[in-house]
Amino acid sequence: MNAPTDPTLLERTSALQGMGDSRLRKEDARFIQGKGNYVDDIKMAGMLHMDIVRSPYAHARIRSIDKSEALKIPGVIAVLTADDLKPLKLHWMPTLAGDVAAVLADEKVHFQMQEVAVVIAEDRYAAADGVEAVIVEYEELPVVIDPFEALKPDAPVLREDLAGKTSGAHGPREHHNHIFTWDAGDKDAADAAFAAAPVTVKEHIFYPRVHPCPLETCGCVASFDPIRGELTTYITSQAPHVVRTVVSLLSGIPESKVRIISPDIGGGFGNKVGIYPGYVCAIVSSIVLGKPVKWVEDRIENISSTAFARDYHMDGELAATADGKITGLRVNVVADHGAFDACADPTKFPAGLFHIVSGSYDIPAAHASVKGVYTNKAPGGVAYRCSFRVTEAVYLIERMVDVLAQKLNIDKAEIRERNFIRKEQFPYTSAFGFEYDSGDYHTALHKVLNACDYKGLREEQAAKRADPNCPTLMGIGLVSFTEVVGAGPSKMCDILGVGMFDSCEIRVHPTGSALARMGTITQGQGHQTTYAQIIATELGIPSEVIQVEEGDTSTAPYGLGTYGSRSTPVAGAAIAMAARKIHAKARKIAAHLLEVNENDLDWEIDRFNVKGDPTKHKTMKDIAWSAYNNVPAGLEPGLEAVHYYDPPNFTFPFGIYLCVVDIDRGTGETKVRRFYALDDCGTRINPMIIEGQIHGGLTEGYAVAMGQQMPFDAQGNLLGNTLMDYFLPTAVETPHWETDHTVTPSPHHPIGAKGVAESPHVGSIPTFTSAVVDAFAHLGVTNMTMPHNAYRVWQQLKASGVAL
Amino acid sequence: MAKKLVTLKVNGRTHEKAVEPRTLLVHFLREELNLTGAHIGCETSHCGACTVDIDGHSVKACTHLAVQCEGSDVLTVEGLANAGVLHAVQEGFYKEHGLQCGFCTPGMLVRAYRFLHENPNPTEDEIRHGMSGNLCRCTGYQNIIKAVQYAARQLQQAAVAHKEAA
Repeated sequence: MNAPTDPTLLERTSALQGMGDSRLRKEDARFIQGKGNYVDDIKMAGMLHMDIVRSPYAHARIRSIDKSEALKIPGVIAVLTADDLKPLKLHWMPTLAGDVAAVLADEKVHFQMQEVAVVIAEDRYAAADGVEAVIVEYEELPVVIDPFEALKPDAPVLREDLAGKTSGAHGPREHHNHIFTWDAGDKDAADAAFAAAPVTVKEHIFYPRVHPCPLETCGCVASFDPIRGELTTYITSQAPHVVRTVVSLLSGIPESKVRIISPDIGGGFGNKVGIYPGYVCAIVSSIVLGKPVKWVEDRIENISSTAFARDYHMDGELAATADGKITGLRVNVVADHGAFDACADPTKFPAGLFHIVSGSYDIPAAHASVKGVYTNKAPGGVAYRCSFRVTEAVYLIERMVDVLAQKLNIDKAEIRERNFIRKEQFPYTSAFGFEYDSGDYHTALHKVLNACDYKGLREEQAAKRADPNCPTLMGIGLVSFTEVVGAGPSKMCDILGVGMFDSCEIRVHPTGSALARMGTITQGQGHQTTYAQIIATELGIPSEVIQVEEGDTSTAPYGLGTYGSRSTPVAGAAIAMAARKIHAKARKIAAHLLEVNENDLDWEIDRFNVKGDPTKHKTMKDIAWSAYNNVPAGLEPGLEAVHYYDPPNFTFPFGIYLCVVDIDRGTGETKVRRFYALDDCGTRINPMIIEGQIHGGLTEGYAVAMGQQMPFDAQGNLLGNTLMDYFLPTAVETPHWETDHTVTPSPHHPIGAKGVAESPHVGSIPTFTSAVVDAFAHLGVTNMTMPHNAYRVWQQLKASGVAL
Repeated sequence: MAKKLVTLKVNGRTHEKAVEPRTLLVHFLREELNLTGAHIGCETSHCGACTVDIDGHSVKACTHLAVQCEGSDVLTVEGLANAGVLHAVQEGFYKEHGLQCGFCTPGMLVRAYRFLHENPNPTEDEIRHGMSGNLCRCTGYQNIIKAVQYAARQLQQAAVAHKEAA
């Protein structure tokens, strides 16, 4: 009866705006009209403001703290120090890495800008006045900035609170400033491979300390209701459910009376995973004072004291045959963790997933060892737009493959091709034990080499190298990275004992619209748009009427949050699985309504058709209505489902990136002439959003490779903690990006998606270094330490005798 | 601290408020007027998240005092749309995916609004320089440039239509 006027299947599909559609973003309407709701936008009646007194010294004993002048300032309500927190046992707190960290400095400060006291006042100006008036007397202690110095026998003891502790959360401690040593792979097998190898290469590669620096700093508004005994906290957190669990454990307030809300988040990039002293102090202040307390840090506080990333000193070695087939890999890392071990990694992995360090290559024997060390720097070591320590691992293996290629005089594309895991080897188990789900590296590499005329670029480079008057050095960078994301299977991955599953609850309403609630939280990734697209395709409900909610622990099911590219691999799978539960129930209702057997129905885009007679059908909209008034006997009314998805494995997105740079021989300035990024993230949900994520990740990678660094002087002063000094590229410096893709779905993921937003950061950083070093490769240079700013590159031009 | 009376126009509406002389314009807008579109990202004029328009100039409200605005005409992101109709720069950012986390967006929009008055037909390079006082950590700027180009086209078409109508 509907046949002549029925929309075509294509039109019905596109009306859903489901998976594969470059749907415009649902979240934009509020942001473009100034109606976002970020933590600092939240106002509550009677709200007080907190500000923090911080240490000017990197290592010092606190002799005394005098609050009296501060308390005289109009508007100042209270000043809290470690002594005030001691009766509550809150002057120290557990970290995600099994260590403890001071909430407010207890007798001693361990890094510059450490939290020493908090001032609570009626407004933020009075709080700042109060901070100025708190008088702290310090006795300076010797400062240790270099992790190698920290491990010397006579190095100062940094963590007096750990005196006599010969073992920590990750095994024995060898030295008073040693945290852990973590090994992966097979040392004997790797050593044997090196002993037998005709060719070996070794390089020391330092990955400097950088900061994720989202545009919104960290902060919270804590509000304790003393009558109801309930705590509500709005917080800049990438993992609100974990925060609730930790707050409940620390405060003793039942988890059911703690409500944590991550509202709109102004970028995270790993910086907003941890639990910071400022949050704890604001919550304590609210409980003590019975009023809402807001704390929002400024930029200097953000860069100086909240979680940094990297600071890995890596020794890489490759063993190979004379024709460049890699037979062994050895890696030794000294990891500077700062004053407290507060890395945000799955609990069992103190170096995160660093053992992805064998990369995209079929390497039979490999071993990695990572030694964590305390220094007088801020704690952290988070995954800055990457899965846990994957950026460091990818950087190391990609640099080492280039080094080997140089030694053997084999082209860097050719050596990769010779060592890639072949398509037919997947699922592939690496020497470190990861089971790579899927990949097709050769196809991706060829696509990029052809698109960029790699051969032509090499010819151009050869001609320029032959011309002594050429004003520039041309470099070609090439990287073939594999990531491990989507942490993760709870048999391996947990945080504080909570498995790293994620969750989704979907409710389909009688009129056919739907609400989905998630354990993750978007910080710009566009979950409200893309999650709805998954449901649209699974259930045949238009995206436009699917509402996605995240971030409120009182309404959303428990989830581990958004970081490590886990939202699509884990939460995305939870959505599909929850939707499929609803789909199964909808089929029963459709069969009931059409008076046929379930097996006699075919699903088609947005409806069930009776097999052989599609004129007899029920749309999901019809079924939704019936779910609330006409269901078969024995079936519960309603159309809802919850799914907690514990992934069977990680996912392994990959990509091939190529970069061409021209270095000015007079100034050392590096111009990125071309950057071509091919990504394979498996099934693509929203190509527009994927491309946007890639542009952003490439730009953050550019920032890290070309300019970001947190330099310290010998006294532990951080020399670059404002945006005056810390490099965030503007539109002027940022290169133009070209993107491309292949699609190799993950076989174990319900929709085949692998995650994408971190690939461009992970993959681009070694590509820039590969390009810059390549410009000097004919002069015998094998490595240059980031950041490749003009001054440092100019120094290399001088050292290589090619400066103009 | 003794307060000082300041009278200024914000998004077409006149406000008269007593403020501490040290009150930053961005705090005045956000906390006194509840206009929370302008954000604070750095307090040093670098990031541009707090950009507003004062008497026809782009100004970073985190390093400007409220009392400096005596008699001024201030435009914030909340004032860009007209009677529920989005301004071309807002439409451009939406259509071209020129935003992700949204934190820089109000500053970007207000800057783009002024920039296209200064240069209605910009090249890509001119847009990159014209917008360089505003940092974005999410987008890599490429789609922001497209968004400004989109808005430029819309505004030019509107100007032509207006001329023809006249």
